[in-house]
Amino acid sequence: MTNEIEVSLYVLVLAVPLGLELVRRVSPLLHTPLMSLTNAISAISVVGAILVSGAANPPMISKVLGTIAVVSSTINIVAGFLITDRMLKMFKKKESAGK
Amino acid sequence: MTDTFWQAAYIIAALCVVFSIKWLSSPVTARRGVFSGELGMLLAVVGTLLRHEVVSYEWIAIAVVIGAAIGAPLAYLMPMTSVPQLTALSHAFGSLAAALVGTAEYYKDVAAGDPTTGFKMLAIVVESLLGYLTVTASVMAFGKLQELVPTRPMTYRGQNVVNLLLFLFALVLGVWMIVMPAPPWVFPTFIGLSLLFGILLIMPIGGGDMPTVIALLNSYAGAACAAMGFALENRLLIIAGALNAASGFILSVIMCKAMNRSFANVLFGAFGQAQATTAAQANTRPVRSATPEDAASILASARKVIVVPGYGMAVAQAQHKLRELTDALTKKGVDVRFAIHPVAGRMPGHMNVLLAEADIPYDRLFEMEDINPDFSETDVALVIGANDVVNPAARHDKNSPIYGMPILDVDKAQTVMVIKRSMNPGFAGIDNELYYMDRTLMLFGDAKAFVGEIVKELPKT
Repeated sequence: MTNEIEVSLYVLVLAVPLGLELVRRVSPLLHTPLMSLTNAISAISVVGAILVSGAANPPMISKVLGTIAVVSSTINIVAGFLITDRMLKMFKKKESAGK
Repeated sequence: MTDTFWQAAYIIAALCVVFSIKWLSSPVTARRGVFSGELGMLLAVVGTLLRHEVVSYEWIAIAVVIGAAIGAPLAYLMPMTSVPQLTALSHAFGSLAAALVGTAEYYKDVAAGDPTTGFKMLAIVVESLLGYLTVTASVMAFGKLQELVPTRPMTYRGQNVVNLLLFLFALVLGVWMIVMPAPPWVFPTFIGLSLLFGILLIMPIGGGDMPTVIALLNSYAGAACAAMGFALENRLLIIAGALNAASGFILSVIMCKAMNRSFANVLFGAFGQAQATTAAQANTRPVRSATPEDAASILASARKVIVVPGYGMAVAQAQHKLRELTDALTKKGVDVRFAIHPVAGRMPGHMNVLLAEADIPYDRLFEMEDINPDFSETDVALVIGANDVVNPAARHDKNSPIYGMPILDVDKAQTVMVIKRSMNPGFAGIDNELYYMDRTLMLFGDAKAFVGEIVKELPKT
């Protein structure tokens, strides 16, 4: 158990600087798509929602809450990825822009 | 065997997520980034469904269908000016999921007669606090952006004290649950306090500060997701949550710098007060105004033009007319560029999206630091719907509320043209000395109509 926590903490302390470094390189031009993309990625909480909702014989309250969580994280995933792609499709360079 | 499969799927999913953000660094590879993110999400979901803990699929299937049926129209029907609203709403849904999972975990353990304490409870407490707080805060932010809730800061006496006491109370309850099994009323009360705190956090914040708020909420949602990773011992969630938290954090720091706010101010959500407006003194100084014909001939004879768009341009829906103007001028051999202030818009980078939607090529858009030195060699600076971000008072007037805020050095151009409805001071109620300069021409009218008329006049010059 303690070992599990330790490994998780290692993952965290490595992931945070990696995230800071990656995001710092993103051009300010794309900050809005960046935000909607990371927003969609944070909906990976759907994993937790599925585990709770699909578990064997959970108490009713957990089952209901888990299912609502699946609905709302799916909304977040679908809306987040689609709007990001919709925005990025609009970014064109000079040669290809316009008619 | 199945264990190996989902573990592998998670590891590849983590890799996909990391590369997704890496590829977003350039517009050339950005769409690959989205694809990578989607692939990572798919692997995470499929991997999870195959885990032996997951035994029933009916509810999940129905939930996914409902979620997709709501999410897809949201993404396709929202106009680009409303992307900040959609993002706020998306944050609300995402963090609701995180918060509910935390709650469900708690009650699962209670039902099993094994009340959670210690490290797992710490993770659930953090997850629930940030999750529920972000839900109501995002809904409030959505309301302010959509102007369903008054956008002006709502403040009352002793606000900070009340917020602090509430927060301390929630903290005490949280620690209680971590240290020992608490009575049944404690967790629901804790949830209620978190929800309330989210509302109180956004109330004192004005509409102009929304870029920072959205970025900060993004960060909170990510942190809630990472906390869930600790509660469920799921490292994929920790990685994705940490990346998201880092991203939101950096963006809110950038927004703070662009508005000259201290980050500590933002963390405690009390930055609404800084917007206390000094009433603009009635100014009767003369301004020079010009007609569309004048503007067209000046623009046509210029060599270098820099356009400075602000959110007012988007409100007037002038971006497509602006594209026509850009095309017409470019055809005449005029070098037209766009100067983008970091807070031009309602969320970080929003203005770039709005201009891209109007087919303005992104290699014509320049960041503040890159283009500021060029204003002194520019013939015409055309300001459309921007106000505070071009106010020279920010550089020298220590009494101005925006003193110290980085601005676009529009006043250094040979000629400055400002399209504006009237002389009414802008959003923050601060008078702008730019309008009274000898080299400034005021173009009074609706941005869309005025730009349209300039375009019509151009061929005659």
